[in-house]
Amino acid sequence: MKAEKPIHQHKRIETIPFDVHLLNELKINKSAVERRAGTLGKRRSVKKDWQAAWLLRAVTCIDLTTLSGDDTAGNVQRLCAKAKNPIRKDILEALGMADQGLTVGAVCVYHNLIGEAKKALGDRPLPIAAVSTGFPAGQIPLKEKLKQIQLSVAAGATEIDIVISRAQVLNGEWKKLYKEVSQMRAACGDAHMKTILATGQLSTLTNIAKASVVAMMAGSDFIKTSTGKESVNATLPVSLVMIRAIREYEEQTGFKVGFKPAGGIRKAKQALQWLILMKEELGDDWLRNDLFRFGASSLLGDIERQLEHFVTGRYSAAYRHPMS
Amino acid sequence: MKVKEIFETMEYGPAPESADAAMSWLAKHKNKFELFIDGKWVKPQSKKYFESISPSSKNTLAKLAEANAKDVDKAVAAAKKALPKWKEIGCHNRAKYLYALARQIQKHSRLFAVLESIDNGKSIRETRDIDIPLVARHFYHHAGWAQLRDAELPEFREIGVVGQIIPWNFPLLMLAWKIAPAISMGNTVVLKPAEATSLTALLFAEICEQVGLPAGVVNIVTGAGETGAAIVDHPKIDKIAFTGSTEVGKIIRRATAGTGKKLSLELGGKSPFIVFEDADLDSVVEGIVDAIWFNQGQVCCAGSRLLVQESVSEKLYKKIKKRMAKLRIGDSLDKSIDIGAIVDQQQLHTISTLVNQGVKEGNTMYQPDIVCPKDGYFYKPTLFTDVSPSASIAQDEIFGPVLVAMTFRTHKEAVKLANNTRYGLAASIWTENINLALDIAPQVKAGVVWINSTNVFDAAAGFGGYRESGFGREGGKEGLYEYLKPRIEDEFGSSAPKPELAKAGKSNGQIEIGIDRTAKMYIGGKQCRPDGGYSRAVIGASGISIGEVSEGNRKDIRNAVEAAHANKKWGGMTGHSKAQVLYYLAENLSARKREFAARLTSMIGVTDAAAAMEVELSIQRLYTYGALADKYDGNVHHTTHRNVTLAMPEAIGVIGVMCPDESPLLGFISTVIPCITMGNSVIAIPSETAPLSATDFYQILETSDVPGGTINIVTGKKDALSKVLSSHDDVDGIWYFGSKEGSKDVELRAAENMKRTWVNYGKYRDWSNPKHGEGRDFLRKASQIKNIWVPYGE
Repeated sequence: MKAEKPIHQHKRIETIPFDVHLLNELKINKSAVERRAGTLGKRRSVKKDWQAAWLLRAVTCIDLTTLSGDDTAGNVQRLCAKAKNPIRKDILEALGMADQGLTVGAVCVYHNLIGEAKKALGDRPLPIAAVSTGFPAGQIPLKEKLKQIQLSVAAGATEIDIVISRAQVLNGEWKKLYKEVSQMRAACGDAHMKTILATGQLSTLTNIAKASVVAMMAGSDFIKTSTGKESVNATLPVSLVMIRAIREYEEQTGFKVGFKPAGGIRKAKQALQWLILMKEELGDDWLRNDLFRFGASSLLGDIERQLEHFVTGRYSAAYRHPMS
Repeated sequence: MKVKEIFETMEYGPAPESADAAMSWLAKHKNKFELFIDGKWVKPQSKKYFESISPSSKNTLAKLAEANAKDVDKAVAAAKKALPKWKEIGCHNRAKYLYALARQIQKHSRLFAVLESIDNGKSIRETRDIDIPLVARHFYHHAGWAQLRDAELPEFREIGVVGQIIPWNFPLLMLAWKIAPAISMGNTVVLKPAEATSLTALLFAEICEQVGLPAGVVNIVTGAGETGAAIVDHPKIDKIAFTGSTEVGKIIRRATAGTGKKLSLELGGKSPFIVFEDADLDSVVEGIVDAIWFNQGQVCCAGSRLLVQESVSEKLYKKIKKRMAKLRIGDSLDKSIDIGAIVDQQQLHTISTLVNQGVKEGNTMYQPDIVCPKDGYFYKPTLFTDVSPSASIAQDEIFGPVLVAMTFRTHKEAVKLANNTRYGLAASIWTENINLALDIAPQVKAGVVWINSTNVFDAAAGFGGYRESGFGREGGKEGLYEYLKPRIEDEFGSSAPKPELAKAGKSNGQIEIGIDRTAKMYIGGKQCRPDGGYSRAVIGASGISIGEVSEGNRKDIRNAVEAAHANKKWGGMTGHSKAQVLYYLAENLSARKREFAARLTSMIGVTDAAAAMEVELSIQRLYTYGALADKYDGNVHHTTHRNVTLAMPEAIGVIGVMCPDESPLLGFISTVIPCITMGNSVIAIPSETAPLSATDFYQILETSDVPGGTINIVTGKKDALSKVLSSHDDVDGIWYFGSKEGSKDVELRAAENMKRTWVNYGKYRDWSNPKHGEGRDFLRKASQIKNIWVPYGE
């Protein structure tokens, strides 16, 4: 498998007219959702060869991310180098995966570093995702949000991670939210849009479900949990609610929508839990990076260590793997 | 290449839990186990051994000793011998042992989990994450109760030697549910695990040795039905606790009838899983997985009858079928399976026979196209739709991974369908509307109700059934009473206390000769003549007839039971309103106390003072229950989940009360009034020899706003009428105060529909003593606890 670009095996989602009916039917029982989320990781376990393969799959789904005030050309170059060669060659060889051209799913940066990323990726044009629309708080005028998207697309971003106005969710202004997000989708053009709900700030699971559906009606290619900047980021119960919304949406409209949990996913074991969640609740299509991404910066390092342990039988150390 | 392939297919692989530690534990015992009696491992006198087989592989795991009646006798003797010291060491020391057991179970939790999984066929996920943690929790919780017994339950003491017989579906958990409360309350036990799944009980016996539990406090005897029967029949056992089939439960009820052995039975079920249209359907689907595909559906409280509101049924069925395709069946030690092996060949056969019958009867069956291993006893998850309540699969407990679904139109119909069963163990209610959930929960006849959840358990909450699902509770404070005896019972005599009689001719209690007053019966709020048209004379103290009462027969009982059921008003009244009526009864009785006293002197020849005292005590007793009517309430249990667990006392329903012959007025009041205080309707059979106080009392009932049908009075021969009431399948409970033989007869006949019975085995109270004659223990007997689990969070 070549991992340079997301391979879209499904028809790209389109914006559909706002349908309030899809929102009103939503029922979310928090305790039951938590129970399911809490037991899922214990109902399935992948070991040995399976674990190695699944972890490699997780690598291909990572949006390798740096979103910091002190990002410079230097660290973005390192990030891109790691994105192109995420796993040490000897480990891949031992796993029989050296010829697969394995890369992460994308690199994710602020607008100002799109150019550096492009340059650094060079002949391996991995998707570049830019966060946009006043990330992370989204507290700027819509006009500015749309302009930011256009600028990032023009600069070479092929994926745009937008944030929604949380106030619209908290005040139940679903139509307004729909309008804003669908305008953003239009502004993205061919670039794929990942809509960040900032679930940690939406108060209830029902709000999260409703916001998910509105984002999908507005044409989001992905719905994404968090910016990574909220105090609570990706959790399994929140992910379960969003995933079920995706499943229901496909049944209602035929469109497949991607999912991206982000923030706080640092361990290989967590990555496996999310993959299990996707496989069980949505199916194998959502185990590929055209429909599933992790927003993460340190996850890759832990996966590498686990893979080395699998190959050598010895527990690994972080310094043995090139940093990003 | 392998990794590369999996990278593409993203399949699950094998994820085996190692059986090594369990196997070497078995090997250490040379795969052979003796009986654990008096703290020692002893060879069975039967000299026989039977095989324990792993249902996933059909391999023999070990040979187990088969205990015969002599072995059981030895175990009972050991338990009896251990009793005095176990009592003497006191609450704190018993608490320390229970605490040590909990710790030791926790320390060896994985060994227990693996052993249980191999022995039973249930998945390691369930034994590891559910069974064993609940076992440890049960011992911790009851270590606390051991510590608190004398402080919190000073009016009670241990019962003595308890015989316990447990099933194969949750082997160690059922052991914990039995042993922890029993020994925490100061009893000693003889426990028989199920013959198919004894291994964890034997490991538990080892744990008992390790913590130094005094010899004989816990005895484990392995064996099959005959061993169980030897326990049930043993004369020196004071109480039997049984979990298993309703069929065997009834046999045990009959076998112990009249022996005075206390009994708790946790039996079968066909529990409804009710889905309203406003439920979170995706969560409902997972609830169903936990309800019927948990432990291969071999769960007494499995949500095996799915009742769905018609408007969402098709949508839900589609979701369930999709979900079923994701279930994985396989070796119990694989960490990625949902469904393990059925316990044995016989159970597998039972399941497939019932399913085939369901297909033959024309119900629509669905099984997903999933891999099902060939070795071992496996059965695919199964869904029946378009099932009618009359289908055998809708009525019979299948005890396998088989869900039967039917639809309802209205809330009322949902309740009706839910209650259309002989069983009443559990129910699950799914709706996002708390008003609806809390409206339906009390209407469902079940001991446990889970709102938006299912199959959740905790030591702090009671578990147990209504109807033919048995009686008694396990867990919670309500479960402790199954292992306690009121201290007051030690005072009861083998004959009724002698009343203070007046010297002949000294009484002025003669009723003036006036217009003939015919004492009729009182049914449905109306005075009525007996169906048979016969009357019987009431012979007064002076030896001459002082009046006549109706001779009630079976048809009068039938009418009275119907009238009791027709009374919907009383049970729905608030505690305050019931109290008002009870006080009003006292008020009206007080107004006529001279007349009631005179009746007593003429009937039983007591002194005027004694008669006046009996009336006065009757008034006081009415006051006691008026006072308790809005104070005897439930608990909110501290369970380990985020929810409110309401333990609500509910009425039993229709209770037949055979009043004592002695204390004709006070005995009637003392037995009938607590029943109605809890919202039951009563068919009272008053004192056979002195019934006129009760028939006089219906005039008080008529003037005191008691809704018709609340108290029905049928006069006649006590034991003859008792037979009819005890054999009536629409009577839910019997209280009997009379002879030893009559007590036995009640318990025998009540077995058929599993009535809750309370009989005196020919032991007599002193009704004039409030400690004997009134209080919360009466109300406990007149009610049953329903635990309603209400999870919350938005």
